[in-house]
Amino acid sequence: MQKSLLINADKCTGCLQCEMACSYENYGVFNTAKSRIKVFDFHTTGKKVPYTCTQCDEAWCLKACPVDAIRIDANTGAKVVIEDVCVGCKVCTISCPFGTINYVQDSGKVQKCDLCGGDPACATSCPTGAITYVDADWTGLDRMRAWADKLGNQPAA
Amino acid sequence: MSWSGKILRVNLTKGTCQSEPLNMAWAKEYLGSRGLASKYLVEEIDPKVDPLSPDNKIIWATGPLTGTMASTGGRYTVVTKGPLTGAIACSNSGGYWGAELKMAGWDMIIFEGKSPKPVYLFIQDDNAQLLDASSLWGQSVWETEPSIKAKHQDPQIRVSCIGKAGENQVLFASVVNDLHRAAGRSGVGAVMGSKNLKAIAVRGTKGVGNLKDPKGFMKATAAAKAVLAGHAVTGQGLPTYGTQVLMNVINEVGALPTRNHKDVQFEGAKDISAEAMATPRETDGKPHLVTNQACFGCTIACGRISKIDETHFSIQNRPQYINASGGLEYEAAWALGAANGVNDLEALQFANMVCNEEGMDPISFGATIGAVMEMYEMGVLKKEQLGIEAPFGSAKALCYFAEITAKGEGFGKEIGLGSAKLTKKYGQPDLSMSVKGQEFPAYDGRVVQGIGLAYATSNRGACHLRGYTIASEVLGIPVKTEPTETNGKPELVKAFQDATAAFDSAGICIFTSFAWTLADVAPQVQAACGEEFTVENLNTIGERIWNMERDFNNRAGFTSKDDNLPKRLMTEPAKTGPGKGTVSGLDKMLPEYYKVRGWDSEGRLNSETRKRLGL
Repeated sequence: MQKSLLINADKCTGCLQCEMACSYENYGVFNTAKSRIKVFDFHTTGKKVPYTCTQCDEAWCLKACPVDAIRIDANTGAKVVIEDVCVGCKVCTISCPFGTINYVQDSGKVQKCDLCGGDPACATSCPTGAITYVDADWTGLDRMRAWADKLGNQPAA
Repeated sequence: MSWSGKILRVNLTKGTCQSEPLNMAWAKEYLGSRGLASKYLVEEIDPKVDPLSPDNKIIWATGPLTGTMASTGGRYTVVTKGPLTGAIACSNSGGYWGAELKMAGWDMIIFEGKSPKPVYLFIQDDNAQLLDASSLWGQSVWETEPSIKAKHQDPQIRVSCIGKAGENQVLFASVVNDLHRAAGRSGVGAVMGSKNLKAIAVRGTKGVGNLKDPKGFMKATAAAKAVLAGHAVTGQGLPTYGTQVLMNVINEVGALPTRNHKDVQFEGAKDISAEAMATPRETDGKPHLVTNQACFGCTIACGRISKIDETHFSIQNRPQYINASGGLEYEAAWALGAANGVNDLEALQFANMVCNEEGMDPISFGATIGAVMEMYEMGVLKKEQLGIEAPFGSAKALCYFAEITAKGEGFGKEIGLGSAKLTKKYGQPDLSMSVKGQEFPAYDGRVVQGIGLAYATSNRGACHLRGYTIASEVLGIPVKTEPTETNGKPELVKAFQDATAAFDSAGICIFTSFAWTLADVAPQVQAACGEEFTVENLNTIGERIWNMERDFNNRAGFTSKDDNLPKRLMTEPAKTGPGKGTVSGLDKMLPEYYKVRGWDSEGRLNSETRKRLGL
């Protein structure tokens, strides 16, 4: 069974624990500049929104890659950059409609979320439950439950 | 490790930026941030230096846990000799700037001299350069940050800067980062302004990585985060209500200073409380509070983001104020509200936004307005010179004063002196509710005896963040002590002061100490920096820092006479509440405190104390 990252921006406080956990998992340092998940702080509304790769089924990045450096992890469904193969041409960064695959100057390769092999550090580190890792077929379950509660479980007004 | 091991020295007179290694021997003795930067300051400046002269220095410093996954590990401090007090000043801020500086590879920045023209420092990892800020001079904090980001075409730059208040050298000007997080107290922003330094813009991409024991660190920080999440204050009270959770609590115990400390309970407290912020308004049906917000790495998230009522008189035809913005925190709500008898929540938020926008400490500003209003009611100050009628409770006067003070217009120039200099000028020095020239925060020091002693002995002037005995005396953390009791308070104050210095110097937020003791901090610092940072050693480091600061102040000319409280707290009993009839027992506590500290009867370090702490 595959899982998906489920992001609920309403719960995000902007603490950036996820960005630190991501960079620590992948580079062994706390470095938000190297994080594959980014939290956007819209200060005029007070909203904080974490954003990362959704692991498209038909992945533009994967299809655009001229050297087959992006492959599918059969267990997680993640689209994973094979660093040894990547030549840093950046075509994938142009093809991704969401901007979630990006070039890394230090390595000369691209990076994107690979779901940490099935145990995403961002979800583990999130202190508020804004980022969770749930059954890929049921990312709507909580919202369905909330509506079911409202429509069927509460006493009639 | 976990220190970057590198500091940046900027000579503003010569326009040079130089890298030098961090003094690791000092790092082991003073840890980082507040302690370590203060050590550099006391070694490098004459204690008698004029705070606003080129001979003063000003330091931005991170701690060893800044920029790590330790909860709240995003703090930085600004250390200098303070112009409001003439004492050592150390103001602490959250937001994201501190972590960015650390991730750029620097532990601290020392500024010396004075630039001949306005400049800002721009740091990209190892590269640091002073750039022309003539077009930024005159801009608010809210204009400066987007201007710098636009100029460098990099929205990920973090900015720590001053607004007009710092430029005008308002003596309680703050340094603001991330639009509404501030190194707020003691006038550190005025020192920045005096040096023609507008801003420090940082982009860091190197990260923080040299932990002594990475696996142990992840384990220790995870365990400590669980402690915060499980505690009633840090896990529920602060994220839900913010520090404003205290407004009604402190009013109930009769320790909410009101109308320049004439009263200790405010009839309008409920109107400016956390509960009021969460209640839908009559005008638009929306609550004042929009959401909570964390600083970098913080798993508490006490910060408040609010949206002012668009129909409020203060913001008509002024669109920059209608967006969501930081506030209100308890201290600001008290100083702008209860201290002046103002119960208009929207007016408080407006004044608070002006403080953030132009870089002013809302505590000292609000408390100074309290003194102004009292002098107005006495007839000492007149409408003609103030520009407005200013009785206690006037929201219009509060909003008006906020603007003219930040901009240095009219009577605002005099308000910008702070309450001590202002009241003295008009022959009413007893009406300044301050210690060493710095205004009190939001707890009455005659009803809650320990906090009164903490104010009197605070090294940066009156302050709640140098020994928050309210935790014990009101909230029962770690153990409940009786507020009106003086026995045992000298020991309590010392314990809080020393532990706080260690928390501050690690690079974490003091609010963790509602749930954490040094026993929770030590494993994190040990895994990051080395085994030697035991609980006992951290306590000693804290005590060493406290005594170093004290020694600096003594050499600057402060004596035991300056460890005082205003006459009002010593002679006018609390009128209402559980502490009715009490005055401060400072005269009983102070000699005992000196003994507990190992100081002589004049409040100077004795030789044994110096030897024990290596000073």
